[in-house]
Amino acid sequence: MSEKIAVRMSGIVKRFPGVIANDGVNFDAREGEVHALLGENGAGKSTLSNILTGLYRPDNGEIELNGESISFSSPRAALNAGIGMVHQHFRLVSSFTVAENVVLGDESTGTFLNAGDVAQKVEELSQRYNLAVDPRARVWQLSVGEQQRVEILKVLYRGARILILDEPTAVLTPQEADALFITLRAMVKEGRTVIFISHKLDEVMAVSDRVTVLRGGRTVGTIETAHSSRRELARLMVGREVVFDRVERKINSSDKETVLRVNAVSALDDRGNKALNDVSLTIKTGEVLGVAGVSGNGQRELAEVIAGMRHASAGTISVNEKEIPNGKVRHAISAGIAHVPEDRLHTGLASSHSIEDNLILKSYRTQPISRYSVLRRKAIQENASQLVEQYDVKTPSTETPVRLLSGGNVQKVLLAREFSANPKVLIAASPTRGLDVGAIENVRSHIVAAADSGVGVLLISEDLEELLSLSDRIVVLYEGRIVGDLPTSSATRESLGLLMGGVALEEHTS
Amino acid sequence: MKSPLRLERRLTQPKKLNWLVPLISIAAALALGAIVLLLTGKNPLSAYHRILETAFTSKSSFSGTLVSATPLAFTGLCAALTFRAGIINIGGEGQFFMGAVGATLAGLALSGQPTAIIILSMVVMGALFGGLYAVIAGVLKAKFNTNEIITTLMLNYLAGIFLNYLIFGSTSYWRDPQSMGFPTGKQLQPRAFWPSLHIVGFTVPLGFLLATILGMLLWFLYARTRFGYEVNVIADAPSAARYAGMRTRWKIISVMAIAGAVAGFGGASDVGDFRHVLDAKGLQLAGYGYTGIVVAALARYNPVSAVTVAILMGGLTNAGYALQGPNFPSGLVGTLQGLILFTAVAGEVLTRYRIRTQKSGALSEVAA
Repeated sequence: MSEKIAVRMSGIVKRFPGVIANDGVNFDAREGEVHALLGENGAGKSTLSNILTGLYRPDNGEIELNGESISFSSPRAALNAGIGMVHQHFRLVSSFTVAENVVLGDESTGTFLNAGDVAQKVEELSQRYNLAVDPRARVWQLSVGEQQRVEILKVLYRGARILILDEPTAVLTPQEADALFITLRAMVKEGRTVIFISHKLDEVMAVSDRVTVLRGGRTVGTIETAHSSRRELARLMVGREVVFDRVERKINSSDKETVLRVNAVSALDDRGNKALNDVSLTIKTGEVLGVAGVSGNGQRELAEVIAGMRHASAGTISVNEKEIPNGKVRHAISAGIAHVPEDRLHTGLASSHSIEDNLILKSYRTQPISRYSVLRRKAIQENASQLVEQYDVKTPSTETPVRLLSGGNVQKVLLAREFSANPKVLIAASPTRGLDVGAIENVRSHIVAAADSGVGVLLISEDLEELLSLSDRIVVLYEGRIVGDLPTSSATRESLGLLMGGVALEEHTS
Repeated sequence: MKSPLRLERRLTQPKKLNWLVPLISIAAALALGAIVLLLTGKNPLSAYHRILETAFTSKSSFSGTLVSATPLAFTGLCAALTFRAGIINIGGEGQFFMGAVGATLAGLALSGQPTAIIILSMVVMGALFGGLYAVIAGVLKAKFNTNEIITTLMLNYLAGIFLNYLIFGSTSYWRDPQSMGFPTGKQLQPRAFWPSLHIVGFTVPLGFLLATILGMLLWFLYARTRFGYEVNVIADAPSAARYAGMRTRWKIISVMAIAGAVAGFGGASDVGDFRHVLDAKGLQLAGYGYTGIVVAALARYNPVSAVTVAILMGGLTNAGYALQGPNFPSGLVGTLQGLILFTAVAGEVLTRYRIRTQKSGALSEVAA
C-alpha cells in the first residue's frame, strides 16, 4: 500500500428535502488499499458514494482525484475518470451473455461488436482477479454470486482504478464472500483502490486496511483496521457500547411441554426438487431452537411448511400436540404460528401499502378489525397507532407506505404485527439480516422477550454468532436433512461449520 | 444521450393528484386538439363552445349526454374493477354483449309480467350471462395462469360471432321471424322498456341511475371491505397475500365474475333503456367495452370517478353527433377523444413520477 491519496472528499454536504444526508463528510482513500466505509443504515454511506460516482452533485464540498479538483456531471463522466461502482442491486440484462453485458454502454467498442475479442478479454480479467464466470453464459443462467462478478468485471473492463462496492456481501453466501475478498485483495495489490461499503463489522475487520466510520451524515473518524477491534468500530458506529455477548435468558426449558412438533416432514422446493427430507424437530415453550446451515439447504422450505405456505409431501406438524392441516396458512395462523419471513418487504409485508394496512394483514378477518366482512377504519387506526408506539416505529404517520421506512423500522412493523397476535410459536428467518447494529439489538431483544414469555422460537439464521448467542439448542440443516442437534453450550463455530459443510458429527469427534 | 429533464419516482402520491391530473390531462388534450383544429382551418374556440353547448350546458343536451354515458359507466366500472385487481380484462365488450343476450331473453320471455319483474329479471339475467362469460377467462387465469389479455380479447370476438349467429345465422329465439329481407331481433314489448326518471328537469335513464348507485357500492366494496382489502393486497403484493393465507385464485375468479356481471348489467340496461332489441350490428359498432377501458384509465380505476368520467366521455360522443357534418368530419371528434386518452396515460405517469431538471438532479432513491 502506498501513501498516495487516490481520492479525497472534503467537506461534502448533500441535502435532500427534509434531511441532510451528508453534513460535512471528509474522506480519503489511498492507492492500493481496501477502504471500508462503515455506518448504520441512513448514516450517509450511499449518498457519499453516489456523489463520488457522479449520480448526485454535492451542495457543498470538494472532490480531488489524484490531487486534482474535479466535479462529475454524470456516472459516465466518473467512470471515464476511473471511478466505477458495483451496485447492491445488479444492473444486468438477463437475456444477454456475460460478455455482452460487460461491453454494454461502452462507447469505445464502435458500432460492431467483436464478440470473440470481448470474450477473450473478459476471460483474461476473470482469471487475473479470481472472478470465475463463463463469458459466453447468459446472465439469467448465473447464480447471484456470479452475477456480482459480472458487475465487477464490467467496471474493471472500463479500466476503473477506484471501485466502490455497495454492501457486496449482502447477497452472497459466506463462501462466495470469501472468494470476493480474495478478488478485492488481488485488485488492490495492483494499485487499484477499493471502497467497501458495509455495516457488517466482521467483514470490515476481515477485508479492509482502513475504515472510515460515518454516523448521522458526519465522519466519526478514520482508523487503521489493524489497530482497531470489532467492539471499537461498533461503538463508533452507533455512538455507544454494544453488547455482543450471550444474551442471558430467564427460562430454562428442560421440563416444559412441547409447543411445536415437526414430525418426519419432507417437502419439495419451487422447482419440484426435494428440499426437505424427513425432518423432525421439537420446540418446548420458551425455547429458542436455532437452525444453522448454508443458505439453500432447506431453511426457506422448512419455514414455509411450518407456516402453511408450502405443502409437506410427507409428515405432520403439530402445535401443542394438535396436528394442523397441511399447507393451510389460515390454520397455521389460528393455531398460533407467527412467521417473520426472510423476504420482509415482499412476503412479510405489502410494501406499497400503509403501515395501518400491513398491521392487519393477518387479523383483518377477525373482530374488532372487521365485522360482517366490513373493515372498521377506526379500529384499524387505533391498532396501528398503538403498535407503532409500543414498538417505537419511527414514521411520520401510520398511513406511510412501508417501503419508505428504514430497514429497522420495517422489521419493527413486522414484529409488531406478528407478536400482537400472541403467538405460541415464532418462526424467524434471518430476522436481522441487512439491519444495522441498533436495529439488530432491538430485534434480538424482542425475540428473547418472546421466548421469555413462553413462545417457542425457531430461529433460522446464517449468522452463527446470532445463533450461538440466542439459541438454547441448535440443529444443522444440510441438503434438506437435519445433520446435527446439539445444545448451544456444546456447540462451537467450528463444530457448526463442519456440520454445515456436510461433515457428520461422528466423523470429526471420533 | 443527455437530457435536461428526467423522471424521478415519487415517494408518495399526494391525494390532490387524483383530481388534478385528470383535469390537467383534459386541458392538455383540448390544447392539442386546438392545434389540430387550427391546422384543419377550424376555429377551436367556437368548436369547443359548441361541444360544451351540445354536450353539457343545455338541459336537453345534457340528458342526451347521460344516454351516451350509461353504457360507458358500466363498462368503465367493469374495467376499473379488474384493472385495480391487477387483472387486465379487455373483455368488457364481450361480457356486455352476453349481458344483452341474457337480458333480451328475459325481456322477451317475461313480456306478460309486470314491468318491475321484467326489469329485475333482465338485470339478473344480464349480470348472470356477463358474469359467467367473464368467469371463463377468470378460471383459465386462476387455474392455468393463462394470459387474460389474450383470452378476454378472443372471447370478445367469440361473443360478436355469437350475436351474429343469433340474429343472422339462425332462427333463434332472439330473431324476429317477421323480419324478411334483413334479419333483425325481436322487439321487446313496451312494458319491458326501462323508464326514464325526471330529476330537476333532466331526463335520467334508469340504467344511469343504477350505474351511479353501483359505482358507489363497488367503491365501498374495494375501499371498505375484507374482500377489497384482499384484492388490493393480491394485486400489489401477491407473495404477501400468499403469506397471509389469502385465496388468490378464488379472488381472481370472483373479481372476474363481479366485473363481468357489471358489464352484463350494462348490456341489460342497453337493451332495456335504449335499443329494446338484440341489435347485433349496433352493439358491435358501438365498442362500449373498449371505450370503457379508457374511462377506467381516466378515472384511475376508482369506481366513483368512473361514472363521472363516463359522463365526460358520453358528452364528447354526443357532441360528436352534433358537430359532425359537411364541414366538420367525424374523424376530428375521434381525434379529440384519442388525444384525451393519450394525455390521460401521460398523466398517469406523472402521478407516479415527477419531472426533474438535470440541475437539481437528485435521482430515484432517497438518501440512504
